[in-house]
Amino acid sequence: MITLSDLHKAYPTAGGPLPVLKGIDLHIDEGELVAIMGSSGSGKSTLLNVLGILDGYDTGAYELDGQLVRALSEADAARLRSRAIGFVFQSFHLLAHKDATENVALPLYYQGIGRAERMRRARQMLVDVGLADRADHMPGQLSGGQKQRVAIARALVTQPRLILADEPTGALDSTTSDEIMALLQRVNDQGMTVLIVTHEHDIAARCRRVVHLKDGRIERDERREPQGAGAAP
Amino acid sequence: MTGWLDRLREVVESHTRHRFRTAVTAGSVAWGIFMLVLLLGAGTGLENNIRWQFRDDAINSIWIYPGMTSQPWEGQPVGRVVQFSNADIERIVEVVPEIDHISGRFYLRGEFTITAQTPAGGTRSGAFSVRSCHPGHRYIEQTMMVAGRYLSPRDLAAERKVIVIGLRVAEFLFPGRPLSGVLGEWVDLAGIQYRVVGVFEDVGGEGEMRQVYIPITTAQAAYGGGDQVHQVMFTVGDATVEEAAGIADRVRRVLARNHHFAPGDLRAVRVRNNLESFHEIQQIFVWLRIFIWLVGVGTVAAGVVGVSNIMLISVRERTAELGLRKAIGATPGQLVSMVVQEALLLTATAGYAGLVGGVAVLEAVRRLMPENEYIRDPQVDMPAVIGATVLLVVAGTLAGWFPARRAARVAPVEALRSE
Ligand SMILES: Nc1ncnc2c1ncn2[C@@H]1O[C@H](COP(=O)(O)OP(=O)(O)OP(=O)(O)O)[C@@H](O)[C@H]1O
Ligand SMILES: [Mg+2]
Repeated sequence: MITLSDLHKAYPTAGGPLPVLKGIDLHIDEGELVAIMGSSGSGKSTLLNVLGILDGYDTGAYELDGQLVRALSEADAARLRSRAIGFVFQSFHLLAHKDATENVALPLYYQGIGRAERMRRARQMLVDVGLADRADHMPGQLSGGQKQRVAIARALVTQPRLILADEPTGALDSTTSDEIMALLQRVNDQGMTVLIVTHEHDIAARCRRVVHLKDGRIERDERREPQGAGAAP
Repeated sequence: MTGWLDRLREVVESHTRHRFRTAVTAGSVAWGIFMLVLLLGAGTGLENNIRWQFRDDAINSIWIYPGMTSQPWEGQPVGRVVQFSNADIERIVEVVPEIDHISGRFYLRGEFTITAQTPAGGTRSGAFSVRSCHPGHRYIEQTMMVAGRYLSPRDLAAERKVIVIGLRVAEFLFPGRPLSGVLGEWVDLAGIQYRVVGVFEDVGGEGEMRQVYIPITTAQAAYGGGDQVHQVMFTVGDATVEEAAGIADRVRRVLARNHHFAPGDLRAVRVRNNLESFHEIQQIFVWLRIFIWLVGVGTVAAGVVGVSNIMLISVRERTAELGLRKAIGATPGQLVSMVVQEALLLTATAGYAGLVGGVAVLEAVRRLMPENEYIRDPQVDMPAVIGATVLLVVAGTLAGWFPARRAARVAPVEALRSE
């Protein structure tokens, strides 16, 4: 599904380019659940943004679904994101003035799907993430865990094949984190490829594969049997 | 597909978040359009008033009055009084074929007592002013016959004692009589009996309808005028302003030759060229209209800058939201169109409110305003309203354009980081 070969990226700064990704080689198969770990500043978010085509890269190659992602126009990138990728962020990024259903339905708006159909699919999605009774609530009326579930529903509503989550549990307590993690595992069980950036070892422990980043390089790529509470049955 | 209602919902939403701010901005646009409509209406009112002032006489008429020579010519001294005669009119008609109607006037100064017999055997008299003229006068003064006929060439040739009376004169002298019954009646004008051959109306107003007309030749004979003519007037058909000036010039030359004054002597005869005056005033109105549009467009532009500013602020505030929208699949084009539509909606709604308000106020003024000498029938004409609407749409799009470009440039990565 994803193939990175010798990927480099540097941020231009006042004091010259600041290399952040320094030659990443990574292959992720369809249906994998991968945790990306590493100390702060190691380049995890940068990597995820490149994978999500939110940001470009300098050299190397990024292939998504066999298609080389390179020098796409913003509009093409948007269309590819809309079709293939769902995002989950640490700080949820729900639109405060829209209720839960409308937030979930928003990606479909940009696919040109009519309102009635959007709302129907969004409501179904909220049922799937266990928030049927919160469908009309505004984000301000939801707890952190509920917000993140709405955000996950929003990521899933377009039925993408890749979910990218940047510290999805970073703002949640451990019980809620467990619930969110369980939800992501369930999503993965349904066949979606899921990448989770995290600092938390018990989150990573529930993934079959953990990629450790250090200073812009892959330090370790471990595969193992998942363990810990709430693991997929 | 997402329909227009769907898009509208998305676009309205952003405005409802800052009601006060939105209201203030909308107010400035509405005010601009409101003022533009009022100014345009006032301009039209001024213009209508001037047209009203010109309503009395044919706009294509030229009026010539004798004066006093101011240049020596052919051995004649300066300060000689020029006096027109019947022969001048005949000569002018020969030399200047472009003239379609011509008349002279022999002045009968002051008001004359006109007396009619009542059916009961008594008399009824009133004082009216009398004009003596040629048949062509009817077209120059825009006299409209409501009964009988106007003066005819035969009346003049035979120096007939016939009279054409204004509607008010008829109503006064023959109260309660149908107008057709007035025809053929005899009236006494300063001791001479005249037969009524016509009754007329005149858009020039009440004063004009209190006039009576008699043949110029009859007046000259009856009141010792010889063949003297006090003024000459004529119409020039559909001549342009330049052609009319040329015609007036040629008429002046004819008179100069007949009366031996210098053709360039502007004091010897005075020319009032209605077409020229009307044209000049029209020019003034062209400028007035340009001025009004400038002021109006300026006011609207100020409103537009306001809208643009608000939209910029709104876009900046929504950086995270715009980034998120991009992350979940909005193309830059979709964001541009969203922001432009937001600005357009704000400007168009506000502008429309101003437009309706302005038209309503004008309409109220038009109905309630007493008759006055400055403004008559202030109205917004349709082209102006359409112009203002187009202006609004253009303005709204412009107001949205710069903020929209900024919105489209938002980098999702940056936007999502900012929290
Ligand atoms: N837009 C940018 N311009 C310049 N430098 C940047 C930019 N974004 C990130 N960096 C730098 O790149 C490095 C990697 O950043 P990144 O956000 O990928 O780290 P991370 O591994 O996600 O860290 P954290 O765990 O704190 O989120 C950091 O040193 C950061 O300061
Ligand atoms: Mg990070």
